[in-house]
Amino acid sequence: MNHALILPILLPLITGAGQLLFYQAPFALQRLLGFASTFWLVLLGIWCLQIAGSGEHVLYHAGDWPAPFGIVLVLDRLSAIMLALTAVLGFCCLLYASSGSDKRGAHFHALFQFQLAGLNGAFLTGDLFNLFVFFEILLIASYALLLHGGGRARSRAGLHYVIINLAGSALFLIALGTLYGLTGTLNMADLALRVADAPPGDAPLLAAASLVLLVVFGIKAAILPLLFWLPRAYSAASAPVAALFAIMTKVGIYAILRVFLLVFALGETPVSETAWGWLWPLALLTLALGGVGVLGSNSLRTLTAYLVILSVGTLLATISFATEASLGAALFYLIHSTGMTAVFFLLADLLGQQREEGYDRFSATGPIGHRWLLGSLFFIAAIAMVGLPPFSGFVSKAWILQASAQEPQGFWLWGVLLAAALLTLIALSRTGSSWFWRPGEMASPYPLERGPLTLVSFMVGLNGLLAVFGEPVMGYLELTAEQLLNPQAYITAVLPEATAAGQEISP
Amino acid sequence: MELLYAITLGVLTTCGVYLLLRARTFTVILGLTLLSHAVNLYLFASGRLVAGAPAIVGLTGRSADPLPQALVLTAIVIGFAMTAFVVVLALKAAVELRNDHVDGENPDEDRA
Repeated sequence: MNHALILPILLPLITGAGQLLFYQAPFALQRLLGFASTFWLVLLGIWCLQIAGSGEHVLYHAGDWPAPFGIVLVLDRLSAIMLALTAVLGFCCLLYASSGSDKRGAHFHALFQFQLAGLNGAFLTGDLFNLFVFFEILLIASYALLLHGGGRARSRAGLHYVIINLAGSALFLIALGTLYGLTGTLNMADLALRVADAPPGDAPLLAAASLVLLVVFGIKAAILPLLFWLPRAYSAASAPVAALFAIMTKVGIYAILRVFLLVFALGETPVSETAWGWLWPLALLTLALGGVGVLGSNSLRTLTAYLVILSVGTLLATISFATEASLGAALFYLIHSTGMTAVFFLLADLLGQQREEGYDRFSATGPIGHRWLLGSLFFIAAIAMVGLPPFSGFVSKAWILQASAQEPQGFWLWGVLLAAALLTLIALSRTGSSWFWRPGEMASPYPLERGPLTLVSFMVGLNGLLAVFGEPVMGYLELTAEQLLNPQAYITAVLPEATAAGQEISP
Repeated sequence: MELLYAITLGVLTTCGVYLLLRARTFTVILGLTLLSHAVNLYLFASGRLVAGAPAIVGLTGRSADPLPQALVLTAIVIGFAMTAFVVVLALKAAVELRNDHVDGENPDEDRA
């Protein structure tokens, strides 16, 4: 058993607790601790990618209790990708925050670490109740981070965000109680076996539990009827926090993948079929609403929040085909969209600080400082966001379209996805021309900080690199999709004895 | 006992959902609290209801399922912390926005 597997959870947890205990220590020291911890998380993420790349499931039994009884952490390719993505995104957000916005409220760095601990835990755990606990950890940290900096808009958005997530937590527990009452276990692998063997009389209750879970993860991921908290919350949060929140909707998507491709996927008529049936139309509607919202937003941050919704719709629509090609394409798009929405939240702050009036609102048309430099950056970032070559958005969308072309319903996705991309293109070019082109040069521009500018350029560069190294990445993602569609391997890894016994009995 | 338990759960959930849909933050928080009570009782019942049996396996012939009790304990702690947080947040919002409407503004007052 490799004890390093629990480090992605323990490291930020201990760092955060330390920062909380010694909050009177110099601020520079707190920052340094945060950087050190996040940097190690990036290294750990790369290490996880490597050891998961062999295709084996790496296990960690907490307290050395055997699997269905104790809590087990499972690292497979999907978890490794999510861990690495979170670590890189967290590192960039922390660097950006250190340009000054981390001083606008108390305990930013400690909360940031707790948030990372919750995220990493949710990606690693192999137990549904444990998933609930890590959801709560990441949520309570996100409540406080959302309010970081204070102000009326944040209090108002925070109240909605907290209340809907508390209701979601209650639903999560109801689903868990139902599942435990029916099967007597909450370990995901064990649950998958028991759900597959459940008597037909239990099927309606199991379907109900699976749909309640879909609602819970739908709140986190922001699927259509459950997404109205998102634009306000994301556009009210401070820039680095909103950029980190780009991964939060992806936690919901990760949980949907995990639960509906593993726990409810086995048996002759899998329970997950009902959920997939709901997911497809809702995802398309989410995608369409995201496109309309992008065009109708009144500020760059709201626009980016709708871009998040658009990406969620695209992802879930692609995932709901549940084929190897579509899952691989969806994961590529997940990496691209998480990075680019984060870039746009940071960019909105960077540009807003240089504008004479209105911060990031579209109604204000005052001049902007350093317009050649910032304009070029915005132009390149917009190209990457919309999905034009040579950036990874193009690769991911081409792959999604290719994968969905083989499906009978794929033409719906083609239509909605391309129309939404066109709307995004129009909205972003309108922003660019009204901010950089129309107004004249600013007489005395505000000083431009080098650090944040370099960081945002670096993140856009990373997106380009993802396209350059598209082939090895796509290879890794195809193997990930293959692993996801083979839940039996996960179950054999977690419960070697149960599967062996089952195989002896069945012939 | 099952009937009484089920009725209690139903009443708690109904009241919780009703209060949750109100427009003032205080009633919404009360609703969330009632809902979390209902959920805790529900989780507890998922290990089946047995009277007079210890939650330690092997001590007597009959034993209660200990796992839901552990789950409920975790859920209570988390629910307690969340309630405390949302109370403080609601107070902060009420002070800053000068009203206790969940949307931060009262549509009726604005119209007048």
